[in-house]
Amino acid sequence: MRGDRTDAKRRWSDWAQWGAALVLFAAVPLLGKKHFVNMGNEILVMGLFAMGFNLLYGVTGMLSFGQAAYYGVGAYTVGLLLSKGVAPFWVALPATMVAGGALALILGPLCIRLSGVYFTMLTLAFAEMVWGIVFKWYAFTGGDNGIQGIPMPDALRTPLRYYYFTMAIVFLSFWLIRRIVDSPFGAVLQSIRENPERVGFLGVKVRRYQLSAMVLSGVFAALAGGLFAGYQHSIHPDMLHWTKSGEVILMSILGGVSSFFGPLMGAAVIVFIEDMIGKYTEFWEIWIGGIMLAIVIFFPRGVIGTIHTWVSHWRKHGEHADTAARP
Amino acid sequence: MAPSARQGAEGARAIRERAGNTLDSSLIVAQFISGLTSAMTLFLVASGLTLIFGVVNVFNFAHGSFYLLGAYFAYQVVAVSGVGFWAGVLLASLGAGAAGVLMEYFFLRRIYGRSGEAGFQILLTYSFILILDDVVKMIWGTDYKSISKPEALAGPLSVGEVTMPRYDLVVIAIGLAVAVGMWAAIRKTRFGRNLRAISSNREMASSLGVNVPLTLSLVFGLATALGGLSGAIAAPVRTVTPGAGIEVIIGSLIVVVIGGLGNFWGALVGALVIGEVTAFGILFLPQWAILFSYAVMALVLVFRPEGLLMKKGNAR
Repeated sequence: MRGDRTDAKRRWSDWAQWGAALVLFAAVPLLGKKHFVNMGNEILVMGLFAMGFNLLYGVTGMLSFGQAAYYGVGAYTVGLLLSKGVAPFWVALPATMVAGGALALILGPLCIRLSGVYFTMLTLAFAEMVWGIVFKWYAFTGGDNGIQGIPMPDALRTPLRYYYFTMAIVFLSFWLIRRIVDSPFGAVLQSIRENPERVGFLGVKVRRYQLSAMVLSGVFAALAGGLFAGYQHSIHPDMLHWTKSGEVILMSILGGVSSFFGPLMGAAVIVFIEDMIGKYTEFWEIWIGGIMLAIVIFFPRGVIGTIHTWVSHWRKHGEHADTAARP
Repeated sequence: MAPSARQGAEGARAIRERAGNTLDSSLIVAQFISGLTSAMTLFLVASGLTLIFGVVNVFNFAHGSFYLLGAYFAYQVVAVSGVGFWAGVLLASLGAGAAGVLMEYFFLRRIYGRSGEAGFQILLTYSFILILDDVVKMIWGTDYKSISKPEALAGPLSVGEVTMPRYDLVVIAIGLAVAVGMWAAIRKTRFGRNLRAISSNREMASSLGVNVPLTLSLVFGLATALGGLSGAIAAPVRTVTPGAGIEVIIGSLIVVVIGGLGNFWGALVGALVIGEVTAFGILFLPQWAILFSYAVMALVLVFRPEGLLMKKGNAR
């Protein structure tokens, strides 16, 4: 997709994207409305969740329908450790990553025993199992009441401070994800997406790489969940609900799974839409479903991907016209 | 699965208290029958799921939503419009089947053969779960609905010391009748032969004169009608609530993973296993009963990932 562009051009467009994203998010609080800071925070968290998910789906080609389990486990790690006074936030936040990775190490080997649609459905089934445990284990998780009033450290009490803290963590994670995708390890993941069988013939242990992708994606999902728990000061079993997994898939495909920042853009669009729809109607699922249906039928490459195709098509067309015009 | 399991748990506790906490034989029979009943409703959904997967090559994630539609259609026709129970069940299945044909004809058909089709199928059918869920909420609200059993079947049937609910026995009979009927239709009729031809090679079947698009629509309609039938006959036993679609699809997913997806008898065996495991799980560990079916699924995955009734080494 980027093959027709020179390295220098690519590097330039890369820097431009990173710069634009950083400036945009840094500027959100300058708009002066608390509501925008809250939305920005949500976009950052969901963006991280979606980018982590895309490591699995867009990069490795594994469609998981159970990412909410990792997100929720991250949130509950922060919620339980802080509300029970076991550990401070600075310990609890990194602990989310351990918890998310550990959960992926338990569920992953079971899920990757099957591939394709079966893999997807297994991730969903096991995520529902985790949701069921959290929902029913009143004594430990608070059941469907969740946990409210999670105590946060003084340094992060104001929404503004927490926003910039979230931004720092999220962009650091984006950078890490980028390093992973561009590494030789990432190249193997991408070749598994294209043709797992052939990669297996090369002597690569495909399942081990698939499991690693699940672990990494679980780690970032859990971190996002932990950040969200700290932002909301409360957690609820809904965070593990299957619609959350559906939401993050929608964000990724809306933005386009093959562009690096696509999932972040998708997250921004969906957070905006939910914010708007929420004001007018309680029936938001039908809107989300309708958008998804339209994307699948009309824009299978995502909105960003479709625009990208149009632009490159138009550019190529232009070049062809140039060469044809030359005598 | 959660609300029904919760109700089931309370029911089981009541049964246990009445029985003085002893596991006598009548209690075991009662649980066995209730397990068979839920197994049959699961089987009706799972067999449709398997049929669509085997012939149309689509994983219909929204299949549980047709169960939901069947239940609400039955509520509308029986409890609101006052039509007789069995006529209502028939109309509800037909309605769900018609909805299935519409979904296949107008939407799914557009993505057949697209590269990366499997992922798009899941996303498309997922969007239908969300849409149908909200449509149901818009029309019927979010309150629990219920239908009463037909009068003739409301009471228990006593055989010696054992009493069994009559309605449950009818549900079990319907499930078995559908199983035998579907087997005969697939194995013995011309339509069934076309199905098997399409399932093994779509292009070849088409060039030999089978009307493939029509058959695919019919299969979709038949399978979603089975889902609707399941929802309609389960409605008097379980309450009707929005959100049942996802519970049912996850239940039948576990069933087909255990039996082997695309395998008709596998759906029956898987449904029986899950129905009974859940029924007896409720008896011993009411709060965690839903975990038993996941545990069984995990065991099958570890020791026989191709499913209980599939040939070994059948990669999937």
